[in-house]
Amino acid sequence: MSSAAQPDLNATVGDRAAPAATGVVALQVDGLVVEFATDRGWARVVDGVSYAVASGETLAIVGESGSGKSVSNLATMGLLARSARVPAGTALLEGTDLLELSQRQLEDVRGDRIAMIFQEPMTSLNPAFRVGDQIAEVVRKHRHASRRDAWRRAVEVLDLVGIPRAADRARAYPHEFSGGMRQRVMIAMALACEPLVIIADEPTTALDVTIQAQVLDLLRATRDELGMALLFITHDLGVVADVADRVMVMYAGQAVETGTVDEIFFHPMHPYTEGLLRSMPQVGTQGRTLASIPGQPPAPWSMPGGCRFAPRCPYAIDACRAAPVPLVELTPGHQVRCVRAHELTLRGAA
Amino acid sequence: MLYLFLRRLLFVVPILFLVSILVFSFVLLIPGDPAVTLAGDNPTPEQIAQIRDKLGLDDPIIVQYGHWVDDLVHGDLGDSLFTGRSVWKSIKERLPVTISLASLSLLFALIIAVPAGIIAATNRGRWIDSLTTVGASLGLAMPSFWLGLILVLVFGLKLGWLPATGFVPISESPWQWLKHLVLPALTLGAAAAAETTRQLRASLSDVLDQDYVRTARAKGLGWRSVVFKHGMKNAAIPVITVIGFQVAFLLGGSVIVEQLFALPGLGGLAIRAVLDRDVPIIQGIVMFAATIVIAINLIVDMLYGFLNPKVRSS
Repeated sequence: MSSAAQPDLNATVGDRAAPAATGVVALQVDGLVVEFATDRGWARVVDGVSYAVASGETLAIVGESGSGKSVSNLATMGLLARSARVPAGTALLEGTDLLELSQRQLEDVRGDRIAMIFQEPMTSLNPAFRVGDQIAEVVRKHRHASRRDAWRRAVEVLDLVGIPRAADRARAYPHEFSGGMRQRVMIAMALACEPLVIIADEPTTALDVTIQAQVLDLLRATRDELGMALLFITHDLGVVADVADRVMVMYAGQAVETGTVDEIFFHPMHPYTEGLLRSMPQVGTQGRTLASIPGQPPAPWSMPGGCRFAPRCPYAIDACRAAPVPLVELTPGHQVRCVRAHELTLRGAA
Repeated sequence: MLYLFLRRLLFVVPILFLVSILVFSFVLLIPGDPAVTLAGDNPTPEQIAQIRDKLGLDDPIIVQYGHWVDDLVHGDLGDSLFTGRSVWKSIKERLPVTISLASLSLLFALIIAVPAGIIAATNRGRWIDSLTTVGASLGLAMPSFWLGLILVLVFGLKLGWLPATGFVPISESPWQWLKHLVLPALTLGAAAAAETTRQLRASLSDVLDQDYVRTARAKGLGWRSVVFKHGMKNAAIPVITVIGFQVAFLLGGSVIVEQLFALPGLGGLAIRAVLDRDVPIIQGIVMFAATIVIAINLIVDMLYGFLNPKVRSS
């Protein structure tokens, strides 16, 4: 490349995932499309999303509800509702395309190589079984361990995630734990088989702020200790700064900007990213009106023909609405889906 | 668990006491004087008075009740006013028929309802789910005497596969016992099967939408483990409640079905006792049935404790 400063606007990278910053790529998703059956026919809720996450790295996927961030990950896990289908895309985990696997084959991967932590710790554990048994179950399924060894492992991971008196507490039922403790149990369950990838879907959203910080610390610490890849799905940019190495911002089923945390926070290139940053409450900005992004995301069955964010974008011009906008790489690793990316100067976080 | 059992058992005592008062006083409300009935045709007032005195019918009600309960706790339900036979003996004689019928009905109901409910809940909105729902509605809507007649007509008379009436004790021939009970048990169990299917479908559908089921799938557990272990243990709680109710209904419904299939069970005894105003027998049967229902409720409570750890610890 002759000049690195001049971004190459013709380099369309929407169908290729950017190489991960560190380590070996653990999960690589390319061109993922997810559609749901609706009264209006198949609605495309995830439209050609690509990302990769390496061992020891955290990729945050950020977006409003309905942006397709959770659905993409449920799709790679094979956990979509029956009314959904995946007409295109690949999700490579250790060279295997998860989207090609049968449910039976996926069962061997889920919980073992790739594990998931959900948003609602209060309802994600089965109330009828001891937490130790619920963790041991994963170990028994994937490691074919004896009842005793599986139980021992359950106590071990409960201890690892900071449950005091783990050996006793393993015998307790979920209703005997607080929300934060239950989320620790969920994390312990995800860690039990030392997976390559952990998908954490809004793991702190339902928790008190003080507990949020503890759970984030725990996730970061275990990721570093075990060297797994962490996919962190959230709508909260504030959390992202704490935990992530790289960020993918999603809007209306597409990635609109991908970059390192610094790039996204201090040099956002997409007006939607700027909007998200500006609607984030910050210490020291007391008294100033919190900005919000006007309007609503488009419905999957009535997507704008051009840029999907154009109807809400303060910088939109006619060119934005003319044709679908490709995701382009402005600087290595920093991709953006905006016609005016090279001319706009957007405000990052203070 | 033992603590739960003892606590529940403690509740049984006052309930039984209340039931005994109800049973005793209901009979006082039955019109007609058993002494008059007993005295036969054209009795003299002296004969009636003599009988009343012998039966203690002139004592204050509280004294009559006291005698009755005293006998009751000693296992003596009194004697029939007409045959003079011990009520307990009459019940014991006919009990195997009713117990056989009720338990076989419950068994049939579960054999039908559990698979049907699971299939419907795991195939929501598909044709097989609609079929199950329609079938369950039919089972609930059909009166047992009508269903019984149809079954007798088809399988008893037309095809001749199964006997239409009668009873053979299991000790005599288990095969004949079963053959004689299949039609009555199907007749009696149909409504219970339908109700249990509906409840199981509803509660299992609900449970399968829960987050913890998604967690179980995310752990890599297979369909069977997800539905039968994680799903059923939670879905069973309301179903057990319904089954508990069904047992009471089965005991009541057996009165009709026993008549329909000429089974010599408690139902026949109860009907004759009511027609004869044979008070001790009526009291004995109702008290006995009430005790069974209370016992079933105790079992249901214990099953709650097993299924729901919150019940156990509270």
